[in-house]
Amino acid sequence: MIGHEKKLGWGFTAPALVWTLAFFVAPFLVMIAMSFANLEGRTLIWGFHLDNYIELATRPYLLRAVVVSLQITFIVTLASVVLAYPLAAIIAFRVPQHWQRFVLLLAILPFWTSYVIRSYAWLLVLAREGLVNQTLINVGMIAEPITLANSRFATVTGFIHFFVMLLTLTIYANLVQLSPNYRLAARDLGANTFQIFRHVILPLSLPGIVTGAFLTFVLCIGDYVTPQILGGNNELTMPQIVMVQLGRRADFPLASAMAIVMMGFVTAAYLACARWLRLDRL
Amino acid sequence: MTKLRYSLLAIAAMQFASTSVVAQELNALVWCDHADDALIKPFEEKYDVKVNLREYEGTGAALALLEQSRPGDWDVLVIDGIDVFRAVETGMLAPLPKNELPIEDMFTEVIMEENNSKDGTWYAVTEKFGYNTISFNSSKVDVEDMQDLATVWSDKYAGRISVYDYYLPVMGLAAISEGVTTANMDAASLKTIGPVLGQMRSSAASVAGVVAAQTALATGEVDIVVGGGEWLTAVLAEEQPEMTWTIPDQGAVRWTQSIGILSDSKQKELSLEFIKYITSPEGQARLATSACFWGMPANSKASDFMTDNQRAILRWDEQNKFLRRTQLYPAPNMELDNAMQDLWLDKLSQ
Repeated sequence: MIGHEKKLGWGFTAPALVWTLAFFVAPFLVMIAMSFANLEGRTLIWGFHLDNYIELATRPYLLRAVVVSLQITFIVTLASVVLAYPLAAIIAFRVPQHWQRFVLLLAILPFWTSYVIRSYAWLLVLAREGLVNQTLINVGMIAEPITLANSRFATVTGFIHFFVMLLTLTIYANLVQLSPNYRLAARDLGANTFQIFRHVILPLSLPGIVTGAFLTFVLCIGDYVTPQILGGNNELTMPQIVMVQLGRRADFPLASAMAIVMMGFVTAAYLACARWLRLDRL
Repeated sequence: MTKLRYSLLAIAAMQFASTSVVAQELNALVWCDHADDALIKPFEEKYDVKVNLREYEGTGAALALLEQSRPGDWDVLVIDGIDVFRAVETGMLAPLPKNELPIEDMFTEVIMEENNSKDGTWYAVTEKFGYNTISFNSSKVDVEDMQDLATVWSDKYAGRISVYDYYLPVMGLAAISEGVTTANMDAASLKTIGPVLGQMRSSAASVAGVVAAQTALATGEVDIVVGGGEWLTAVLAEEQPEMTWTIPDQGAVRWTQSIGILSDSKQKELSLEFIKYITSPEGQARLATSACFWGMPANSKASDFMTDNQRAILRWDEQNKFLRRTQLYPAPNMELDNAMQDLWLDKLSQ
């Protein structure tokens, strides 16, 4: 009987296992091998060469791309958490339960439009003659349009717009699971609102925050579209450099090495967050 | 017996129909200007074929895709004129029958025998060309200034220019501004070009792709696009006639795109018909005014199939002058190409 159940279990998991092995593990192993290969002319030389990693560590523009990617990712992750938390808390604690779904729907409404279109829309909003500049001029805050588009500010803004929605969902999912009794008990014991938040709500909602922050980190560090459209190439991120390597040079080994390095950062982020990561809370 | 005969005939007809449907598909690896129904439909209808188009950006990406495909997957390749040799070297392109192509009708400067042929055998034919030069909003800049490249990226227009994000034409423009001909660019000339790129970069509000550069110009984010040209402003000019372009006094860079048949194609005859259609005056007029981007047709007889307005936007009457004053953009070997990319990325990151 147990043997039959075991077989049945394998039967159900086998498709997912095969899928993961074929479309994740195998390509990933190929990418690792590729990162140690060399490109001579148009010929790929397989082997264990560290040239790509050495180039990555010594070429200034590649190093700058690593630094820029990490800076942008940290800024976006931090700002998104700070903005998403109050929004999620308001929806979870202040909005009547029967309205919460509708409010959440409104919060994620921008998800319904294409990511690329949304990025171009931001470009128009932040343009010198765009909505933001015109508003600032009309209210007398500035006399001349200021440069907002094609900058790190624009890239970060585009990212935050997207990731606040994602984080709101993960934090909200965590907050609504907290029993109101915790807050009531803390209040009975004499805690004020800030103390309840600091010592009860925040620690209990850390899994939601960390899960959302981790997803933000992963998606942000590997994103090509937003910095390409909104950043105006004024500073290059790692995915942009990867695209250049592939687009004309077809240097798959160097591009793979860069992808592995990005993967390394994601792994480090995972290890840092592992203690609090609760994907089942989503 | 009659029923059986009809049935067999019907089965045979169905099989023939199904094989002919399979056979009548043409797979082309192209630039986005070919993905226009106005261009492709007439060919599909005439030959009763389905043309499957796959767009790509960057010759490296196209060559990698072809290397990873099965022989016969692709029939036709559109490729940057200066990169034809890369496809020929790897044996990817099949010989073309020169006598069946309208080469004599082409603008002399874009026939480019040295690029499209090797050892007397033609492997590709030029289908479209244009200029990487200076696009600008004539109501926002001093039009006279646009005739001098150094003034365009000087401090006078700092923060008001966008640079097209393809290193080859932009570095070609930088070379031309310093009196270096694009054909003679080498590792040593990169030292001359470097500071020019640095100046260009410091004056630029953005380094942008086609759509972003168009958006920036149309919305007033910038007033000038370095590396732009008719392909950038043509689609804007209809609503904003102040968007225009010029060839500066020092000259500018000329781009070309070629089309060829892949050596592993199993449909070489149909592929040749496609190339003959694309290079015919009608096909050329449609390709020149394609929805994705406009450009000059290589075949000078395309003029007969274009409207006055289309010719005016493309500055048809000035082409002889423009062709004389422009240089083909740099065609570096792999070593120089890598050095150019490194310099470009280095300046871009500053």
